[in-house]
Amino acid sequence: MTNSTEQAPGWKGVVNDWAADKETFNVPWGKLMMWIFLLSDTFIFSIFLTSYMTVRMSATAEWPMTSEVFALTIAGQHVPLLLIAIMTFILITSSGTMAMAVNYAYRGDRKKTFILMLATAALGATFVGMQAFEWSKLIEDGVRPWENPMGAEQFGASFFMITGFHGMHVTAGVIYLIVIANRVRNGFYEKKGYDIVEITGLYWHFVDLVWVFIFAFFYLW
Amino acid sequence: MTHIAIADQPEEELHEPSSFVTKYIWSQDHKVIAIQYSITAIFVGLVALVLSGLMRLQLGFPDSFSFIDPSAYLQFVTMHGMIMVIYLLTALFLGGFGNYLIPLMIGARDMVFPYLNMLSYWVYLLAVIVLMASFFVPGGPTGAGWTLYPPQAILEGTPGAGGGILLMLISLAIFIVAFTMGGLNYVTTVLQARTKGMTLMRMPLSVWGIFIATILGLLAFPALLVSAIMMLLDMTVGTSFFMPAIVSLGEQLDYSGGSPILFQHLFWFFGHPEVYIVALPAFGIVSDVLSVHARKNIFGYRMMVWAIVIIGGLSFIVWAHHMYVSGMNPYFGFFFATTTLIIAVPTALKVYNWVLTLWRGNIHLTTAMLFAIGFIFTFTHGGLTGLFLGNVVIDLPLSDTYFVVAHFHMVMGVSPIMVLFAAIYHWFPKITGKHLHTGLGKAHFWVTFLGTYAIYLPMHYLGFLGVPRRYYAMGSTEFVPDSAQDLNASITVSALIVGVAQLIFIYNVIRSLRKGEKAESNPWGAASLEWQTPDTPPKHGNWGPALPVVYRWAYDYSVPTAKQDFIPQNMSEEEVERVDDSETSSTEGGEDVKNIGDEPVGDNP
Repeated sequence: MTNSTEQAPGWKGVVNDWAADKETFNVPWGKLMMWIFLLSDTFIFSIFLTSYMTVRMSATAEWPMTSEVFALTIAGQHVPLLLIAIMTFILITSSGTMAMAVNYAYRGDRKKTFILMLATAALGATFVGMQAFEWSKLIEDGVRPWENPMGAEQFGASFFMITGFHGMHVTAGVIYLIVIANRVRNGFYEKKGYDIVEITGLYWHFVDLVWVFIFAFFYLW
Repeated sequence: MTHIAIADQPEEELHEPSSFVTKYIWSQDHKVIAIQYSITAIFVGLVALVLSGLMRLQLGFPDSFSFIDPSAYLQFVTMHGMIMVIYLLTALFLGGFGNYLIPLMIGARDMVFPYLNMLSYWVYLLAVIVLMASFFVPGGPTGAGWTLYPPQAILEGTPGAGGGILLMLISLAIFIVAFTMGGLNYVTTVLQARTKGMTLMRMPLSVWGIFIATILGLLAFPALLVSAIMMLLDMTVGTSFFMPAIVSLGEQLDYSGGSPILFQHLFWFFGHPEVYIVALPAFGIVSDVLSVHARKNIFGYRMMVWAIVIIGGLSFIVWAHHMYVSGMNPYFGFFFATTTLIIAVPTALKVYNWVLTLWRGNIHLTTAMLFAIGFIFTFTHGGLTGLFLGNVVIDLPLSDTYFVVAHFHMVMGVSPIMVLFAAIYHWFPKITGKHLHTGLGKAHFWVTFLGTYAIYLPMHYLGFLGVPRRYYAMGSTEFVPDSAQDLNASITVSALIVGVAQLIFIYNVIRSLRKGEKAESNPWGAASLEWQTPDTPPKHGNWGPALPVVYRWAYDYSVPTAKQDFIPQNMSEEEVERVDDSETSSTEGGEDVKNIGDEPVGDNP
């Protein structure tokens, strides 16, 4: 009926494949929409991080040493980046449980899916809790968005803004996970199929991935 | 995991809303949402039009109007710009026409997520209400200029430095949320919900323009969102993202070490794609209007599609041409001038293609066509002055003069508005089932079109004289001759006439809704899918019992062998009535119009 389905060599074939009628990608609407949303969200976080790097360079006062600021003193020992390492480990573990939940969802094992999604949500909540601890520790040290006894005030401002924005994403993800997990348990998706678990997973993995970049650019630099 | 495309799924029964509230207020029908978006956008647009009239009164006749003081003037400038660019043009093209046309043109019953689509409108309305509220807070709306540059935007002494700027930033953030909800819907709908036979390369250019513009919006608005958040923090919490150490009104403020240029980069990383968020739908819609009313296929369809895509891509790497005088590294200017001039290539290509579409076409000078042709004039004009401003050496003396004002009003003010009017006159019969009055429409066109030149041509000259923009009053300057003031007065008179002339349009719409001539389903003889609906205006679900099937592109006009001078997209090859071969050879114009009925078009270059 249409010659767009014809095999064509090279660039034209690529265009024809993409331009085929009805739908461009063989995925449900919700999943594609999540991908597009995440692309848009990627721009938000990229711009946050680029802005942070810019103000870090334009700041007149000295930037604090992150390995010293983000250190815990345990049994008299000064351990740099310990808390962040644990937080990162927890968040990445939660991506693992999420991936398993997606797997069990497609196998139709509602109970395991439910448990694994709750486990993911619990790990996410732990992450947010530890972040709150880290915030309180910094605030105790006198760091505020508008001032910083250790150097450039942009340090506190960027830190609270970016980790706060990311923390909001994690919190939203935890709520999202709990809602979907409950619906999975109640058999809400028996007819519709379990793509929703994968869509939730996309969001969750994205939030984790963003954290890796924040970790690299904020804590390690 | 089995997944079936929507066009292949068995039809589900449609639940048509029954009560007035679900049908017209909390409606999830894309057509109703489109009309809600349009009415709201046109309403705020009228507010912005009145503001521009007030500005012109002050500029044309300084010292005559006591209620326009310098603060009020700056507030009018700011609100006029912001409302026109974001709350009128973006909302009307994407929320209005995007919503209305996408499902109808691609043969879908609705957007993929109607509920989200409905939310999009209500959140947009909230953004508008928050913005309008800033007129009523102490200190009034912000007067920082629509670019909201810090540090001055949030410093005492700038009008509306308290509540005004706060509400402006919040309103923008809300608008972005609304746009994202709508935009995700538009993109997913275009990609995934097309009907049988509707390949991407058979979509009307209107859909292409709206589609790419929406993608630009989804990627560009994040920059505005982030800068709005950072500026909100600067002003409320006291962070110093954009604020350097600064003395304001004799007082050393608590800021230090921020980067005002960063805001400019972020703002224009959004701001330049924003130009194309407005322009690309206009490009698409004008292509369709020209083609229908010239009874000729659009010239170079494939080229037009790729030009839209390429312009969209390039629009992300030209932003700093707005910042040649900002003090950024001069080498940036070299790069951004180059990319800016490159973007002129696909744009010029589109202009040539529009003109070539008209060339030897059977031009019907309907109101819609007049506006579309008017657009080619104003856009070419504004585009050419863009080449001046894109070059660093010419931009430096012209920066912040009336030349810039004239340029961007021609290219992204008047031109998209011309297309909006063309679109309204073109689709009004489908949307309402009534015709707009042609005589009133043509009067509206001529006053608007000629008035545009009466307003903006003299501004180019004022710009060359060096008259700076955004000044409340010029006072006495050596380099500006007294005659410039006469010119300013004449511009004001023209602007007021054009402003008042828009009442003709409003009257025309109201009059036609009440007692307009009844429109048949396809009054212009258009081939694209939205004119082939079983009902006019289309009912809930658009297509009656069965989705249409598409066999051809949207531009089969004056096909030499066909009896009718257009072939609708959903007419199969067997259904097309043909004339005998002997008649064909003697058909006038048979040589000019390539025979496009014999092969499936749109897929061939």
